[in-house]
Amino acid sequence: MTETITLKVNGESHTFTSDPDMPLLYALRDTLGMNNPHFGCGLAQCGACTVHVNGEVTRSCVTPIAKVNNAEITTLAGLGTPSKPHPLQTAYIEEQVPQCGYCINGWIMQAAAFLRDNKAPTEEEIRVALSDLKCRCGTHASILKAVRRAAEQIAAENAAEKTHAPT
Amino acid sequence: MHQPNLSRRKVLAGTGALVVSIGAVLPQDVFAQSADAALSVKPALLPTELSSFITIDPKGHVTTYFGKIDGGQGLFNAIGQMVAEELDAKFEDVTIEMGDTATSVNQGGMSGSTGVSSGGKQMRAAAAEARRVLLTLAAQKWKVPVERLTVSDGVISGPNGKTVTYGELIGGKFFSTKLEWNKQMGNALYAPGKATLKTPDQFKVIGKPIKRTDVAAKVFAQQDWTADVRVPGMKHARMIRPPVAGAEPVSYDEAALQKQIPGVRVFHDKGFLAVVADKEWDAVRAADALHVTWSDVKPPFVDHDQVYDYLRKTEARTKKVEKDSEKIDEVFKTAARVMEAEYEWPFQSHACMGPGCAVADFKDGQLTIWSGSQKPHSVREGVADHLKMPQDKIHVMWVQGPGSYGRNDAGDVAMDAAVLATALGGAVRVQYSRADGTAWDPKSTPSVHTVRAALDKDNKLVGLTYHSQAFSRLHLSSQESRAQDTLAGQFQGTKMTPNDTFAGPENAYAFANLRTSWGVVAPMLDRASPLRTSHFRDPLGPQITFALESFLDEVAVATKADPIAFRMNLLGKDRDKQVVKATAEKHGWTERVSGPTGKPGKNGVLTGRGFSYAQRGGVIIAVIAEIEVDPATGRIWPRKFTVGHDCGLIINPDNLVKVIEGNIVQSASRTLFEEVTFNAKGVTSVDWNTYRIMDTMDVPETIDVVLVNHPEMPPGGGGEGSTKPVAAALANALFDATGVRVRRAPLSPERVKQALSSTRSA
Ligand code: FES
Ligand code: FES
Repeated sequence: MTETITLKVNGESHTFTSDPDMPLLYALRDTLGMNNPHFGCGLAQCGACTVHVNGEVTRSCVTPIAKVNNAEITTLAGLGTPSKPHPLQTAYIEEQVPQCGYCINGWIMQAAAFLRDNKAPTEEEIRVALSDLKCRCGTHASILKAVRRAAEQIAAENAAEKTHAPT
Repeated sequence: MHQPNLSRRKVLAGTGALVVSIGAVLPQDVFAQSADAALSVKPALLPTELSSFITIDPKGHVTTYFGKIDGGQGLFNAIGQMVAEELDAKFEDVTIEMGDTATSVNQGGMSGSTGVSSGGKQMRAAAAEARRVLLTLAAQKWKVPVERLTVSDGVISGPNGKTVTYGELIGGKFFSTKLEWNKQMGNALYAPGKATLKTPDQFKVIGKPIKRTDVAAKVFAQQDWTADVRVPGMKHARMIRPPVAGAEPVSYDEAALQKQIPGVRVFHDKGFLAVVADKEWDAVRAADALHVTWSDVKPPFVDHDQVYDYLRKTEARTKKVEKDSEKIDEVFKTAARVMEAEYEWPFQSHACMGPGCAVADFKDGQLTIWSGSQKPHSVREGVADHLKMPQDKIHVMWVQGPGSYGRNDAGDVAMDAAVLATALGGAVRVQYSRADGTAWDPKSTPSVHTVRAALDKDNKLVGLTYHSQAFSRLHLSSQESRAQDTLAGQFQGTKMTPNDTFAGPENAYAFANLRTSWGVVAPMLDRASPLRTSHFRDPLGPQITFALESFLDEVAVATKADPIAFRMNLLGKDRDKQVVKATAEKHGWTERVSGPTGKPGKNGVLTGRGFSYAQRGGVIIAVIAEIEVDPATGRIWPRKFTVGHDCGLIINPDNLVKVIEGNIVQSASRTLFEEVTFNAKGVTSVDWNTYRIMDTMDVPETIDVVLVNHPEMPPGGGGEGSTKPVAAALANALFDATGVRVRRAPLSPERVKQALSSTRSA
């Protein structure tokens, strides 16, 4: 049994037929040939496969493709680019966060959604928001620093926008 | 179709193999006069050839060929800095090509924190020699003495404002220079030339906190991992492991599977069982769907909490006394007081962030393997051994895998892919499941350590004995260079000749009398076991140090000594004392005997501090942990670590700090949470819920690192040492906070809570 599925991934539309139960992760990787996100557990326990589906943090490894038909998907590659980086990407480079970096999709995509919805998070809120993610290399201390740095940058940008907003 | 993106590391290798003659043609007399010349054909890949380590293209871009790999700790940078330094080239002009058996000699892969200390040593020597040769070539070209030349950023300047670039001198050609190889392969390989190395006062690149070149690629999703390698026509495979360890498939229903999932195939040989499909999702489903009847075997294991008794009660198969003072028995007989304690450490899993993955492609008798293994050259040797193929028909390319910290599952999955690709023909990608990665990866051995102290009438420590009983640290070699050292080899019936070995503590304590010994017990299942033991980051370091440094703390308390002052008295080397002192100062240590000092803080939370120290291969590490303990839940929060670290010459201080932070968090995770659970049939910790590791809620607030730099010394290996003292520092802090000594790891909330309540009720 197959269904026709349409996905808009990082702004680009793709239509293909698929087993409707196939998780989104395999559509992104195997059907569309994308190299991010990663397979880490297939059990929604680690975050390596994380994408945004219509802006929501989603573990693509357990999300049947039929559930996200016609949805807008953003992967890490679509979050920002070297010329137009997301503040988290800038902060990750500044703080030199990743070691192997295999875990990176979860941490950045989840933090991006969190910072979008939480303008001035406390340390505790950041820790709670990221608590279901795994990093085996133990880079958490740098991750937390980078998220705080990005939060500050976003706050500064917002403040600057307000100042320059036409009255 | 996305091709393996190996561009950054591959391009120059490609040129190296193809270029015949581009760039400056040197005058004939240079060739006649000198052994140092430019050749148009690359010499054979041998440790005796400078060209095996370094080439320069016409634009002056330097490529170095490195027989080790970067597991994610920034070795790319360290090697780049060492090469740029000795070559007097720009750091940005140096590319490190790692772990490709076609372009690099076997320098041992990632192994024992030797990336810088032995791998970098060789690359530095090769770069220095290349610089010497290039200066010689310039001197000959201009017919001036070498002494009159200077060099900076790959440009040589001579008299009368003459300049020539490295690219112009040798670009596209190859060094003909021979090196003095010590005839060793692997970590010990060393092949210097005639050049002398720079002295610290000449360093311009070494010691600089240069940012890593791979971080941005990772952050923008531009880097590919082993799991991202795709070869046209590639099939996807999943492995099927037995439900009872030791069982083999007796029968399986391939026809029923094919009805359900058309096009799927089963491959079976003895204990090796896999499903192969065109699409990855079909392989995933097929691995679940295949109905297998397994042989009836006696479940081989004891339960995980029985393993310590098992180790104690089983007669060791191999025993060794490593250090043995002549008077040790006598001092125990005449001691005023003898103390003894036993410490236990569980099986632990690498549980890498991504389960193992590899791609193998078999075409026209040639096998190509893309592997995340730490030791690509060992993969080639192992595959050659298992598949009875000549090594020159096998090409292994390392591609960044999920961070690995020892002999993880990457070596097994590479062999699985090789078996399937050669059996089926064409390209096969094997992706392990989470359970394959957590339940079936090689494990670090559990252990029981018995430590005894003899004290004289003045409470002076006059003798110490230290005995470990465990499975072999290397039942499975840390190199997968023999069939028997891979899961596929074991499943397919290879003869096993395992190695029984263990180790003793490493430190600079000048014990008056000392005996260290160990006994290695035979494994519960001797082949294809999910509990096969091998190296995991700082092999044996955490457990051995947990025991010794917890025990020394106990002796310090018993003799009413401050734990740091007690150790300072024992330490026999100034360099170690300096690290301990620097750590204590950074922390602001005040002397007192360990133990609860006051009333619980808010919400009943207790606080404590603990110290621990060790050496690893000459690297000196001291750790102070500050913790909060909640007696109601048993949770320990390691709020702050202060780490003193001396690994000789520091190549990149900022990156070293990051590596230490990673060690501290991972080691705290192992100390507080990690334990492989199992029953008679097999491993029951199969995923992140059942094999818990540290998350953001428990990560320290502060990790303060004090780097003690010794530029006058060779650089040591910083990759693992700081893993070593963490467990004991935490256990000692727990005692300081609560007065309760926990001698079995992990110090999980359940265990701590239980220990606290049982002492209270006692
Ligand atoms: S791979 Fe999806 S959460 Fe782990
Ligand atoms: S950086 Fe390796 S798992 Fe996070």
